[in-house]
Amino acid sequence: MSGHDERPRPGYEERLQGFTGRELRPLTRAQDPVNQPMIRHWTEAMGDTNPVYTDAAAARATGRTGVVAPASMVQAWTMRGYAATVAPPSPSAPGGFDALVALLDEGGYTSVVATDSAFTFLRELETGDHVAVRETVESVSAEKRTALGTGRFVTTLKTYTDRHGATVATQRWRTLRFRPAPAAPPDAAPAPRPRPAVNRDNAFFFEGAERRRLLIQRCTGCQTLRHPPGPCCPGCNSLEWDTVEASGEGRVYSFVVSHHPRHPAFTSPYLVAVVELAEGTRLVTNLTGVAPDDVTIGMPVVLDWLTADPDPTLPVFRPAPTEAP
Amino acid sequence: MRGTFAGTAAVAGIGATEFSKDSGRSELRLACEAVLAALADAGLTPADVDGLVTFTAETNSEIHVARNTGMGELTFFSRVGYGGGAGCGTVQQAAMAVATGVADVVVCYRAFNERSGERYGLGQAARPMDTTADRAAYAWTTPFGLSTPAQWVAMFARRYLHEYGATTDDFGRVAVVDRKHAANNPAAWFHGRPITLQDHRDSRWIAEPLRLLDCCQETDGGQALVIVSAERARDLPHPPAVIRSAAQGLGADQHMMTSYYRPTITGIPEMGLVGRQLYGQSGLGPDDIDAAVLYDHFTPLVLPQLEELGFCAPGEAKDFIADGHLELGGRLPFNTHGGQLGEAYLHGMNGIAEAVRLVRGTSVNQPDTADHVLVTAGTGVPTSGLILGADR
Repeated sequence: MSGHDERPRPGYEERLQGFTGRELRPLTRAQDPVNQPMIRHWTEAMGDTNPVYTDAAAARATGRTGVVAPASMVQAWTMRGYAATVAPPSPSAPGGFDALVALLDEGGYTSVVATDSAFTFLRELETGDHVAVRETVESVSAEKRTALGTGRFVTTLKTYTDRHGATVATQRWRTLRFRPAPAAPPDAAPAPRPRPAVNRDNAFFFEGAERRRLLIQRCTGCQTLRHPPGPCCPGCNSLEWDTVEASGEGRVYSFVVSHHPRHPAFTSPYLVAVVELAEGTRLVTNLTGVAPDDVTIGMPVVLDWLTADPDPTLPVFRPAPTEAP
Repeated sequence: MRGTFAGTAAVAGIGATEFSKDSGRSELRLACEAVLAALADAGLTPADVDGLVTFTAETNSEIHVARNTGMGELTFFSRVGYGGGAGCGTVQQAAMAVATGVADVVVCYRAFNERSGERYGLGQAARPMDTTADRAAYAWTTPFGLSTPAQWVAMFARRYLHEYGATTDDFGRVAVVDRKHAANNPAAWFHGRPITLQDHRDSRWIAEPLRLLDCCQETDGGQALVIVSAERARDLPHPPAVIRSAAQGLGADQHMMTSYYRPTITGIPEMGLVGRQLYGQSGLGPDDIDAAVLYDHFTPLVLPQLEELGFCAPGEAKDFIADGHLELGGRLPFNTHGGQLGEAYLHGMNGIAEAVRLVRGTSVNQPDTADHVLVTAGTGVPTSGLILGADR
């Protein structure tokens, strides 16, 4: 079991939802104004050869007043820079962002993955513009179950403004803050197979299987074998029956390679077959010791017993050993 | 028009087990014993029976009673709901079937271990579910991981490919026609989204030899139909879709989706039984059918339906389909609404509605002629069919 207490704490949801609309990052000015060298570094790194970013004459030919910055670079202007990423944490009072992360940690949502980012651009940035950014919380979702683990989607809105305070771009930024799903321990027992529903009419079969005997029902009135079994003989209407033990030899009559849906007790793809026994009755079973591509209709198979799942024991079949020459 | 069966049917035999507080045997065995006793009282045998009626509350499905007593094929099976209120209703169902010639010998039955098993008088108290014949039947498949309709159908499909030399492309062509017709149908989920045979080949395996695009959709929705006399229908707003014939079929040695124990499993004998009745009641034959709505929960079982209903010989459906006969302008325009792969999966009821539109002349994929339309119901199970016709 996970050591983390997953019961919701009183007031936790309210405290979390209290972040809606709250400022995570106050208005923060970019370290540098929009400038040609940084634009050139960016376009070289991106392989973007559009001349409107580097050649003033080309930019003017498109109706612009001079070179512009690539729109998606807006976030780059406001990044905090290398020095800040390696500096020790500031001892000053934690900002909104740190408070939210601490609250999410408290809820066990200790992992993070970015899920999507949607920009809206209102105008192009020109050299000399000086961008600032402010980030607020738009929403914190209810708890969701995802493939990564249980978590909450946190959506924030970053608003980019120019030196006059006019908005130049917005960015809706979504992350998933989640409790990592515990990895299954390597020695964990596989999920049990679906249990057969046993009643008075079919119990003998599964009781025989526990003793590793494959039994076929036989009418004592007319000696006809039948499977699946039933309480009454369709041939002579006798209600009396006994059983015979199958030789365990048979042939594949048809088969399925199952891929979906996945079931925790079965490793997909897996083989299910109808095997026709030497005695003439057929049964649904699994094939073992053979790859799906090597199975053919008519191939001889022999009885084996499945013990991976101790209750119940089930008859399965594997390819018959070939005779030595 | 007021039809009547008054005085046309009679009770000819009665039979029961002993009445106890602990029978010591399965509910299915009790049902078999009671049915056999009633037939003996009537001087008849299980082979004479062609109809069964019971309660929706009954745990012994008709397939188990028929298979165990050796009844063979049934042309009528019906259930009545609402607990003990069903009793006389079962006899009404039987009388209607006999009066209309749908069946000749109908057995009504009810059997349970109500004292030693599930006691109704305990109300909603927690109690273990009894293991009914239906639940016990799953013991032969689910422990081996064979538990979905796609898996059950795949077993038939593999054998069909093997015996007739067909390929999975032959299944894919059915999907392509369904989706082509759905593409024209604004009510279809896959409106405007046709597929190619290559799309089918590229779709992932679900249960080999079935791919994703061989499988019908899953749908939320509803569909209803109103049936009145043909005479009254003539006074209502739409041209009548006259019910030329209607039939049920339960095959010998019938199981739920897993009839793997018959001499061969490449056909659908219960659909053949339905087809013979549909043609017999209507006086029509396969050549008179202008269009068909064939049940397509999974593409592979469309092929043996074409064979069982006489549109082509056994094993030749692959050629019939490859030659384009399911298309508009082909011999048998098929699933003009897009089928359950293309339009919606409403357990086939939306297909009956499409057959009505075809007869009215209002399908989005209307063929030149649609005077007689054949509709089928689910395959792999006891099933049913209709021929709807124009009122002329």
